Amino acid sequence: MKARIVVTLKTGVLDPQGKAIEAALKSFGIQEVSGVRQGKVFDLEVDSDNREQAEATLKAACEKLLANTVVENYTVEIA
Amino acid sequence: MRAAVVVFPGSNRDGDVARALRRSGAEVVSVWHADTELPAGTDLAVVPGGFSYGDYLRCGAIAGRAAAMDAVRAHAARGGLVLGICNGFQILCESGLLPGVLMRNVNRRFICHRQFLRVERTDTRFTSAYTEGQVIDVCVAHGEGNYFADPETIQRLEGEGRVAFRYCDATGTLTEDANRNGSLNSIAGIYSEQRNVLGMMPHPENFVDGLVGGTDGKGLFDSLAA
Repeated sequence: MKARIVVTLKTGVLDPQGKAIEAALKSFGIQEVSGVRQGKVFDLEVDSDNREQAEATLKAACEKLLANTVVENYTVEIA
Repeated sequence: MRAAVVVFPGSNRDGDVARALRRSGAEVVSVWHADTELPAGTDLAVVPGGFSYGDYLRCGAIAGRAAAMDAVRAHAARGGLVLGICNGFQILCESGLLPGVLMRNVNRRFICHRQFLRVERTDTRFTSAYTEGQVIDVCVAHGEGNYFADPETIQRLEGEGRVAFRYCDATGTLTEDANRNGSLNSIAGIYSEQRNVLGMMPHPENFVDGLVGGTDGKGLFDSLAA
């Protein structure tokens, strides 16, 4: 089954890239945006016919490698 | 002193750190990242600088989970010495050997310049050749050296005297200007709880020979090889 993992920075963790992107957007005349935070999206396939088991596999992938839980949160969505 | 330098795809400071160690009298061998154990009799495992795995995902994330790092973790658990420099520090944090994480520099630039560091303590295996509070002149070269950890971790590191080096000016004063990557508490390097693991962003191995502009990094390798 197909899945999407989204990794984002935890609240309060400084995001210099997000700040730079926000400044760039504003310089292009898009003034209405604020609070830009950059994250990562992983699209992947899980070999499983059991949603619960697939979710556990994806969470293990996040904990083991995809997210650094010191500074990042993650969410797992199964299509 | 027998040192093993772990080499990952993308490591590029392994040769320099090996040379610095040999100059101070250590015997040095290389270990490939896929190796599952360190050579018998290894006293010190070194995780060198560079761009392991192209900094993909996060700096040090993939290397931190390599087979050789299991061997380094086992070595550290036995009380063995571990030194991580620059990307090596990032790898030690990602591998769980040291707390915290190295984030993108606060000024969003790759910084590459001479840097003064204050030696915070000299009663460790890494710093005995220095004097307490000594200001050493080495260099930094990184894009992700902004040390971050949650407030409890920072408090614990400070309370347990686990900060090894801090970014400072020529007089040893901690200033915002001297801390260009934005590290919490100007932290440039930290020890593990038992002080047998040291991770640091600056490059002492660059300054072991007067021919290239300085020798202040030599003390670290002399301390280790003593």
